[in-house]
Amino acid sequence: MLQPEAEWRAHLAEGRFMLQRSRSTGGYVFYPRVAEPLTGAEDLEWVEASGRGTVAAVTVVRKKDPADSYNVVLVDLAEGPRMMSRVDDIGVDEVKIGMAVSARIIAERDQPLLVFVPA
Amino acid sequence: MSAPRGFPSGKTAIVGAATFGIGKCPGISPVDMAARASLLALADAGIALSEVDAIYTSAPYEALGGLELAEYLGLTPKVTDCNRTGGSAFEVYVQQAALALEAGLIDCALIAYGANPASNPPPTVGMTRQSSWEAPYRPLAPLSSYALAASHHMHVYGTTREQLAEVAVAARRWAQLNPEAAVRDPLTIADVLGARMVSDPLTVRDCCLYNDGAAAVVMVRADRARDCPRRPVKVLGGAHAVTHREISSMPDLGVTGAAISGPAAFAQAGIGPGDIDVVMVYDAFTITPILFLEDLGFCPKGEGGRFVAGGAIAPGGRLAVNTNGGGLSCVHPGMYGLFLLVEAVRQLRGEAGERQVQGAELALAHGNGGVLSSEATVVLARG
Repeated sequence: MLQPEAEWRAHLAEGRFMLQRSRSTGGYVFYPRVAEPLTGAEDLEWVEASGRGTVAAVTVVRKKDPADSYNVVLVDLAEGPRMMSRVDDIGVDEVKIGMAVSARIIAERDQPLLVFVPA
Repeated sequence: MSAPRGFPSGKTAIVGAATFGIGKCPGISPVDMAARASLLALADAGIALSEVDAIYTSAPYEALGGLELAEYLGLTPKVTDCNRTGGSAFEVYVQQAALALEAGLIDCALIAYGANPASNPPPTVGMTRQSSWEAPYRPLAPLSSYALAASHHMHVYGTTREQLAEVAVAARRWAQLNPEAAVRDPLTIADVLGARMVSDPLTVRDCCLYNDGAAAVVMVRADRARDCPRRPVKVLGGAHAVTHREISSMPDLGVTGAAISGPAAFAQAGIGPGDIDVVMVYDAFTITPILFLEDLGFCPKGEGGRFVAGGAIAPGGRLAVNTNGGGLSCVHPGMYGLFLLVEAVRQLRGEAGERQVQGAELALAHGNGGVLSSEATVVLARG
């Protein structure tokens, strides 16, 4: 029995950023589900993501100490799906819409976390 | 008569409307507030409480709120709903009540809501959970989601922070004409731009209030409405669209479900945006009226920022938008949708005092829920 989120997180813990893809439609799915949205296709397999993406939207959450402020982005993956994430290795005000980014798996609060860095 | 267009256009009417406890309402519970507003709306309608046979409510912290309000009021409703489409719930209720009334399933619908988060801190465990696909990135909920949509709009269409600020300033200028509005002190574009940035590009002044308030409306069939003491407000259209739950799943960051619900409601009503005298659109954040004015057809896609510039939606502007002062300056207790309907009714009855839009005959109320997730449009006419 497919366990969408648990399997995705297990892959991430092993250093792999995976997406689901329908064998019949070829459509990529993120976040992981039991079926592809709209088509309902259940023939989903795990495939490794290219990790390439483009920033579609950005906000900076401002904290009292500017050093604590951080960005939150929506990234359009090269495969099609969009996800929320953060862009690291860049000044908090330097993230721009349209910027090419690539995925990186880091550890945060003792958990693996998918972030992006400038490509 | 024209074809029904999938909705009983003009067959039902709002005959009672009321608000209660706007601003600060300490010492009582949300259901107390909803009950107060309900009794005021029923008195306004000249209808006895015992005649209510349908309850539509969205309690702020009680998943079974429909049952709670029925019990509190001592009613045994034939239809009870407590839907979870967020702030758009009340526009959805108008649609659903119109259908149930027209079918003869019910005879008198009560739509009610109350919450006082400014006086009673909400429970720490809410009824929604943050998505596990978003929570690790620590977006402010729901603010950062709207900020992301705003950033997209600015990038694609050249919308500016000044244009966002115009929405807040227009709301404040309407609020200054509304004695019931909670915040009425002067506000300038510079004040908004200079306010504390919370989640770029939105400052604290780009965000709605989080205060107390209750409201209720009463609906009956149009034939019964003629016997009510106030001028009835006919329901010409009601349509709804849900496109996503979380902002990362919004199909197009620049286009909301209002682009579906708006044209559908106008088609039901047999009119268009150019016919509307009073526009009540959910203003949780300054970006939302800009998106909704575009998606509902009041201006072309991408032109919303330029459309609101120069005081165009403020008193004396080209279009009367959010004449009560909106969620930005009048009231926003968490779910604002019912207050849009009450203000539209007051305008169509000619009861809006200093802020009255002269000769208002047609109004639109557009509710928004989630993070641009659920969009519901109601078209109303002076009866």
